[in-house]
Amino acid sequence: MVTKREDGKQLWRRRATRTQLAIWFAWLVGTAIFVYCFQLISEKTIWFFVLDAGTQAVDLGSRMLPPNWGYMEVLWRPIWDTINIATLGTLMALVIAVPVAFLAAHNTTPSVTFVRPIALLIIVSSRSINSLIWALLLVAIVGPGVFAGVLAIGFRSIGFCAKLLYEAIEEIDPKQVEAVEATGAARTQVLSYGVVPQVLPAFAGISVFRWDINIRESTILGLVGAGGIGIQLSAAIAELAWSKVALILLVIIATVVVSEWVSAKVRHSFI
Amino acid sequence: MLRLEGLHKRYPTGDVALQSVDLEVPEGQVMALIGPSGAGKSTLIRCINRLVEPTAGRVFIGDEEVSALSKRRLRRARRRMGMIFQEYALVERLTVMENVLSGRLGYVGFWRSWARRFPQSDVDEAFRLLARVGLDEMVDKRADELSGGQRQRVGIARALIQDPALLLVDEPTASLDPKTSRQIMRLIRELCQERRLAAIINIHDVALAQMFAQRIVGLRLGEIVYDGPTDGLDAAVLTEIYGEEDWQATIRKDDDDAETADDDDQAVTGPRGPTLDEERMAGIG
Repeated sequence: MVTKREDGKQLWRRRATRTQLAIWFAWLVGTAIFVYCFQLISEKTIWFFVLDAGTQAVDLGSRMLPPNWGYMEVLWRPIWDTINIATLGTLMALVIAVPVAFLAAHNTTPSVTFVRPIALLIIVSSRSINSLIWALLLVAIVGPGVFAGVLAIGFRSIGFCAKLLYEAIEEIDPKQVEAVEATGAARTQVLSYGVVPQVLPAFAGISVFRWDINIRESTILGLVGAGGIGIQLSAAIAELAWSKVALILLVIIATVVVSEWVSAKVRHSFI
Repeated sequence: MLRLEGLHKRYPTGDVALQSVDLEVPEGQVMALIGPSGAGKSTLIRCINRLVEPTAGRVFIGDEEVSALSKRRLRRARRRMGMIFQEYALVERLTVMENVLSGRLGYVGFWRSWARRFPQSDVDEAFRLLARVGLDEMVDKRADELSGGQRQRVGIARALIQDPALLLVDEPTASLDPKTSRQIMRLIRELCQERRLAAIINIHDVALAQMFAQRIVGLRLGEIVYDGPTDGLDAAVLTEIYGEEDWQATIRKDDDDAETADDDDQAVTGPRGPTLDEERMAGIG
């Protein structure tokens, strides 16, 4: 947004010359870094194996096909466990996330200086640890099995749900809250009449969205012994039973597709 | 009824919204508060029920000093002050009935209100008020399904079910068309007369203020610069309030009094329509 006069004409450029040069320079530096990094990676790569990748993939594919359909009998139970881990974990997370979100949102927290930082700390620590790592820790603490999986999913989801929910709370229309306050309503009533109705659609959306993510996450928790279909998956890979692996992947895909469909339906009906 | 003494408001940003306002509104009086944007009209209204905390000065409702009350006592005091808002400020996702009943929140405990189990007398009153404002068919509609005029009627019912002694009305017509504006203003005035309510109405539209109020107070830069009858607004006064402008079109003619204006169908669709529009524009000026 720069205008200047030259030969009586008023020129217009999007940026000043200095800014334009700085941007070009930044691109130049970026490109140089990219080339340098590519070189580093290339030196540490055995290109013989990479060039071979196509053949290997075809080979692996041929061993996966046809999937071992008979193995399905064994999979019903773990897939049911997986869905339960996701559902119970999400419910547990929501029970904790809702109060945390209200304590974290600027406009509903009882104290910006004391309570809010604690709520934010809970959110950050829950979010910064991946559910697979939560599962590793929890398997060590509560022992292997579905329970560790539920807790792992739950702990990871608290932060996610609370963060999205408190952002939704901060974005509500303050005038509706003001109007409820003006009637002489108590704090709790202002929350239940002024705030809750406004964040209810967001709450429903966040819940099913997280449940949907958790279905996918809980399929891998078995890799570290926290229950679900991941146990079968890691066993099948370990014994190189590729036709079983193929079936398990198909089952996971089917489950995820169904869960996405369910969550889309639920979200749609809540708007 | 309402008394303000030396009311002063300075926002944390340093803006002084109210210099030092002294004002008294007797019981049953409908007072219009006019003035340019940023004159402090909204701040003044909000300082009365302390949605905005005044920096200095005192607010009395009857003998009670509202500005000195604790949070708990303030909530009790707010029940006696109904508020009507510019953009209606209804809770959009609740039904008309829930919105009206929310006016009773100050009288009902948390769990009863949470379970929507309001006393039958409140429900009766809600039905009565909705019939009075002409919305008895809309009880179970969600607030966001209503038109602007209908929403403002819900807002009025919500304020009245509080059983207030004073109405604080903040730009009730700013988002409404000319005809609906008149209907809403007339409704507010009639209800004030029926219930002997005092009202302070913030309003941009000088012509509407003159039609429906008994008294006009002009605010400029946080100071009262006019306080008097509706027919005292001449070019000099309007210039004092709003600044230099050609006010001839805005000043009300003698024959154009509230009674003829009541006939709003004619006023809007009749041959006088364009003239009135000019008046409105000039008033907004």
